[in-house]
Amino acid sequence: MGALIEFQEVCKYYQMGDTTVKAADHISFQIQKGEFVAIVGQSGSGKSTCMNIIGCLDVPTAGIYLLDGQGVGQMDKDQLAAIRNRMLGFIFQQYNLLPKLTLQENVEVPLMYAGVPKGERHERSRLALEMVGLGDKLRNKPSQLSGGQQQRASIARALAGDPAVILADEPTGALDSHTGREVLTMLQQLHAAGNTVVLITHDNSIAVQAQRIIRLEDGRVIYDGDATAPEAVVTPGRAGRWKEADA
Amino acid sequence: MSLAETFQLAVQNILSSKMRTFLTMLGIIIGVCAVIVIVGLGNGMQGYIEDSFADMGTDSLTVSIMGRGSSRSVSEEEMYQLVADNSDTFSRISPTVAMTGSVKIGSSTLSATAVTGVSEDYFSMKGYEITQGRGLQYTDMTGRKKVCVVGQYLNQYYYGGAAVGQTLKVGGTTFTIVGVMAMKGTGLEEGGTDDCVFVPYSTAARLSFTGTVNSYTLTVLDTDRIDEAKTTLENALYAIFEDDDAYTVGSMSEMVDEMNSMVNMIICILAGIAAISLVVGGIGIMNIMLVSVTERTREIGIRKALGARESAIMRQFVIEAATTSALGGVLGIILGFGLSAVATTVIASVMPDTPITVSPSVAAVLIAFGVSAGIGIAFGYLPAKKAAVLNPIDALRYD
Repeated sequence: MGALIEFQEVCKYYQMGDTTVKAADHISFQIQKGEFVAIVGQSGSGKSTCMNIIGCLDVPTAGIYLLDGQGVGQMDKDQLAAIRNRMLGFIFQQYNLLPKLTLQENVEVPLMYAGVPKGERHERSRLALEMVGLGDKLRNKPSQLSGGQQQRASIARALAGDPAVILADEPTGALDSHTGREVLTMLQQLHAAGNTVVLITHDNSIAVQAQRIIRLEDGRVIYDGDATAPEAVVTPGRAGRWKEADA
Repeated sequence: MSLAETFQLAVQNILSSKMRTFLTMLGIIIGVCAVIVIVGLGNGMQGYIEDSFADMGTDSLTVSIMGRGSSRSVSEEEMYQLVADNSDTFSRISPTVAMTGSVKIGSSTLSATAVTGVSEDYFSMKGYEITQGRGLQYTDMTGRKKVCVVGQYLNQYYYGGAAVGQTLKVGGTTFTIVGVMAMKGTGLEEGGTDDCVFVPYSTAARLSFTGTVNSYTLTVLDTDRIDEAKTTLENALYAIFEDDDAYTVGSMSEMVDEMNSMVNMIICILAGIAAISLVVGGIGIMNIMLVSVTERTREIGIRKALGARESAIMRQFVIEAATTSALGGVLGIILGFGLSAVATTVIASVMPDTPITVSPSVAAVLIAFGVSAGIGIAFGYLPAKKAAVLNPIDALRYD
């Protein structure tokens, strides 16, 4: 059986005036079903590009991206929309709940685009919200909730469609450390329950919560392996350069 | 995502910003309202015209004999015989001889007064009533008497209400007034329907240049069959003249039709002008929808990330624009009916003589509603397209 997510020499180039920016430069990796992977890197490392490509929001300039064995590069916009709808559950840094809708309606949005009938939609959205501990807030608007609760609601939205991959983009970025930890625990629980989770972050302390780390720098993979190994967090010879950049 | 759900979503969005939606709809509301009131006013005017002409007798036909292209002529006896032969179609006939030459009453000359030579039947055919003295009689015709019946205008303004027994001159011939007609029109004025003199047709014909009768008024038994009657008359006349340039037959209902088509044209022009405001309203909707797309860029990004196709986003915005516009149409229709009722009351109180009922037609309402919904779709298309093609990555990053 092939990998769930497979990058083969994926490149993404942007033209900025006269210079070509290589946001992804021959990136290759595989993610198996049921893995919990963190893609880590500083800003400009290409992790956002990676996440956009994994999330089928963008297609590579060159190389092949296979999601569950299907080549995404050749798909048209409608097919990409369908893939996003069926295969992917997004969790964003800014929660990205629709402010005018109730939590339940928010969770139902992807189900609605999938054409799930109303009754089943209600049931599935209710179950998903109960799972994240918001069963008593179905009719609340996002603005009536704390940040942590909103992020949990967005996890419920990602789960409701029963996707193949849960893609979390800096899910703790807007939360305090306590609620951030709660959200991470929830992601770990999802992983433990057999879900494939891809976490995108710039924060090493968050990344180490995953099972495996893919570290990117300047559009290239510089580490791919166990999250507990020391090299996963600090790459020899490169730490000094980061310090210089920070100063 | 079904159409009903998209519609629900649109209603939700519209309700969440009521003031803005109302202002957006205002152009459509005013446009629809204006179209409905104008068309209603037109209907009212048509009704009024029809009523007025009905008073003047939609059951009458007029024949003019020009004698062109034919050496034949037709006598009064032949015309009376024609009516008698077709007694199942025609009821009565009266010659009508228009007299030229101004009317002199004492020392004043009246140039606007219509002087017509008619038979004794003419008054009952037209439904004219005599209030003072007597009408024209058969013996006036046979004796070519120099008598006349005058309209109420002359009676009031020149004889102080006591015209009977007085005299007037038409083209130098003195006539004795034997009767005064009841008021026909809605007001007494110079050149109006009550500024008239009727004399025996035989007298008028003798005094006229040709000495012959050249036009007739006929009444039919059945108003609904007036077109048949007209054909019968035309055929009979053709049999006599063998040239259809020699005569013309006209009916009052044709005149009503002509007036109606004139009013219709005016109404169409006015409604067209009002419809411009519908277009302006549509542009207003487009404007707000464009702003709304920009404001909701993030929402669009989220929806696309969650799997909305371009067509789904497109449909959402088009339906929202159409719903806004159609809602404006409904409000415009309600306002239009309200204003129509107000206009009817105002017209009735300002001009009690011409009671026009402003009655909006069902067709106008349906068209106004259809057009406003259509405008929403047409003008919602561009903003919806803009929303649909937004790149989800950029849209998600948008603040």
